Amino acid sequence: MTSLPATTDKTLGLVIDLDTCVGCQACVTSCKEWNTGGHMAPLTDLDPYGSEADGVWFNRVHTYEQSTENGSRTVHFPRSCLHCDAPACVTVCPTGASYKRASDGIVLVNEDLCIGCKLCSWACPYGAREFDVAVGVMKKCTLCIDRIYNENLAVEDRVPACVAACPTGARHFGDLGDPDSPVSRLVDERGGVDLMPEMGYRPTNKYLPPRHRSAGAAPDHVSALDPVTAEGGFLGWVDRMLTR
Amino acid sequence: MHPALSVIAFTTATGAGYGLLVWLGLLAASGVLPASRSFALGGAGLALALITVGLLSSMLHLGRPERAWRAFSQWRSSWLSREGVASVVTYVPACLFAAGWILLERTDGAVAAAGIVAAACAAATVVTTGMIYASLKPVAQWNTPYTMPGYVIYALMSGAVLLNAILQASRTESRAVAWIAFVLIALGWFWKNMTWHHDATLSAPTTLNSATGLGGGEVRSIEWPHSEKNYLLKEMGYRIARKHALKLRMFVHVLAFGIPLAATEIAILSAGWTAGLASVIAALTLIPGLLIERWLFFAEAKHTVTLYYGGWAQ
Repeated sequence: MTSLPATTDKTLGLVIDLDTCVGCQACVTSCKEWNTGGHMAPLTDLDPYGSEADGVWFNRVHTYEQSTENGSRTVHFPRSCLHCDAPACVTVCPTGASYKRASDGIVLVNEDLCIGCKLCSWACPYGAREFDVAVGVMKKCTLCIDRIYNENLAVEDRVPACVAACPTGARHFGDLGDPDSPVSRLVDERGGVDLMPEMGYRPTNKYLPPRHRSAGAAPDHVSALDPVTAEGGFLGWVDRMLTR
Repeated sequence: MHPALSVIAFTTATGAGYGLLVWLGLLAASGVLPASRSFALGGAGLALALITVGLLSSMLHLGRPERAWRAFSQWRSSWLSREGVASVVTYVPACLFAAGWILLERTDGAVAAAGIVAAACAAATVVTTGMIYASLKPVAQWNTPYTMPGYVIYALMSGAVLLNAILQASRTESRAVAWIAFVLIALGWFWKNMTWHHDATLSAPTTLNSATGLGGGEVRSIEWPHSEKNYLLKEMGYRIARKHALKLRMFVHVLAFGIPLAATEIAILSAGWTAGLASVIAALTLIPGLLIERWLFFAEAKHTVTLYYGGWAQ
């Protein structure tokens, strides 16, 4: 049913730290690797070795420059499904293929019901959904439901592939509906934000903005190093000997 | 947004077909139209043909058209599903109306009742089509109060122009129908101008700062996640050169509104073959004009996802 559940038992989602993300793309490739054999498999590639390589990916890392009066910084920005609380991608679906689970809030596509009308991708302002032209159905992030509940995996591996792959710990997975969960506390401590809150989709995933620079950080515009002034003592003697 | 030919043909053809069905149903019931079998075949036949061809064209847009029947299930939440249901429901009174008119050669009693119900269902279907687009918040040019009424006005306009052409071609002049067509073309032209005027004032519904959660300062895209165009850019990042858009808008002014309006005015003022020729010209220029209008409706619409790629589809 594409009508939304009134409440969900859990609100599983990701917290992404834009301060520590280094843009290594490990989450991107790990997501692709897991999911091309996972719940929504395959993640078709078109012309993968040709000049117009294209394909289905659930997670894409953009790079931005943010310029403020305190200087500029490069920000790597992973973009994936936010598993919204008010997902228009679900309610516009004419077939019931798109749905939001009442148990954990994850937004999924039932590929057997999808007619490939693409309307859900038009309804998503975040670009979370990508159409698989080879299969003729819409695909999207599953929050790795085939990992997080997978009893064949070690307990510590029961997290989304992107979270498991991140070498800097920039991705966190948990229940954002529970105010005492580690992810909720992290969001509180770091001032985590919703993306495009004014659009009214109420995304579950939160983004932690980059921390403020410390006072000792290098300023934006560093002047050339000053020439070394003559010193006394041993180093001064070495300097004089080498200058000869 | 990518202007898919299947969707452009679908909305234009069903719009004209449902618009024609509205006027046939209402005017046949009120006794304005001839009860003859040949006229019924021409009028109702054309309306049902346009609707059917349009709906079949919409199937070409689907990745899995063999599952299209599933789209009737989610009418509680989805305007696309409501459109599917409405389009199928409309066939019932429309076929009864057409069959009664053609077989009995009567436009009163039960045939008139079926005609009025068919007209109401046809109008409701066009409303659902318009709402599919009007309800999409990420597309600023669609998520406006102009979108849904526009679909209804252009459907009623093309239906009236077609009906006037059929009437004149079958040498059954009706001043009333010609006037309805004239007024609707004028209203359509006004509405299109109002819509484009409103679109010119639109800005993106959100900013790249808000889209990335990076508050303050200026955020600028310096690297995309992929080197070639992906689905998002192909589907939602369609760009049209401004100079081409302006030229195409001129075609819409001339073909969809200007020539049909002048030709219909000539049809009102004249009689005989002059009026017939003018009415047919109005219909023959209106259809390509509306196809260009619909192409621009998609091509000029901008999606918020393009913000992530460093622009609002500049």
